[in-house]
Amino acid sequence: MQELNTYLFVAAILFSLGVFGVMTRRNGIAILMGVELILNAANINFVAFSRFGGMNLDGHIFALLVIVLAAAEAAVALAIIINIYNNLNTINVDEASALKE
Amino acid sequence: MTEFSFWFVIGLTVLSAAVVVLSNQLIYSAMALLLTLFGVAGIYVFLWADFMAGVQLLVYIGGILVLIIFGIMLTNRISSVRLSQTNVQQGVGGAIAIWLMILISLVISKTPWYQADAIEPTETVAGVGTLLLTKYLLPFEAISLLLLGALIGAALLSRKEN
Repeated sequence: MQELNTYLFVAAILFSLGVFGVMTRRNGIAILMGVELILNAANINFVAFSRFGGMNLDGHIFALLVIVLAAAEAAVALAIIINIYNNLNTINVDEASALKE
Repeated sequence: MTEFSFWFVIGLTVLSAAVVVLSNQLIYSAMALLLTLFGVAGIYVFLWADFMAGVQLLVYIGGILVLIIFGIMLTNRISSVRLSQTNVQQGVGGAIAIWLMILISLVISKTPWYQADAIEPTETVAGVGTLLLTKYLLPFEAISLLLLGALIGAALLSRKEN
């Protein structure tokens, strides 16, 4: 519990799972979930280094900015996915390869 | 007791993250993502980051996860079997993910990390607020501008053509 490495390993597992999801998922929304896992892994690292580096709060600010970026990214990505669904009737990214109808 | 709850939170986070990427049902993935985000908020609590844990619950679970579930509902006919989805090229993807995991683990275990002692603060909100409005004022303003632009763009993209 008082070990920095524990948190780093958890973050590494989350990151690897997220990369696996981004690479193997076909559904656009499922890929988005993988990206969220990756961002959370980065956030755990920021906060863990902040805690074990003498509790200076700069790491918290970075994690906060990452969360805001994740919110913006999710909003734009879902708007794009819904547009793709309306135009092509699928959100599997391997089927949505046409740039034009 | 604290030790037990710590490992419980860690296990919950990791196992539900595995369900997120491995489940065949999209809605199960979303529900597992809820548990993962909750577990990450718990990890923040163990890292003395009370404000970050609150923001995690409010923004991730209350905002992003609801948005993702909305996306699932809007892009699938709920009654049809197309809600399920399969992974492709699991062998290659799994190999790359495991290789990355091994690489990162080696780096983590071989690096002599700088560590400093600290006393547990009673709260972090005041410190974070002070930093946001002094040292990190410019990034704070820039990210609010980016958020505004992204939300206007998302609204513009998703409304009906007329």
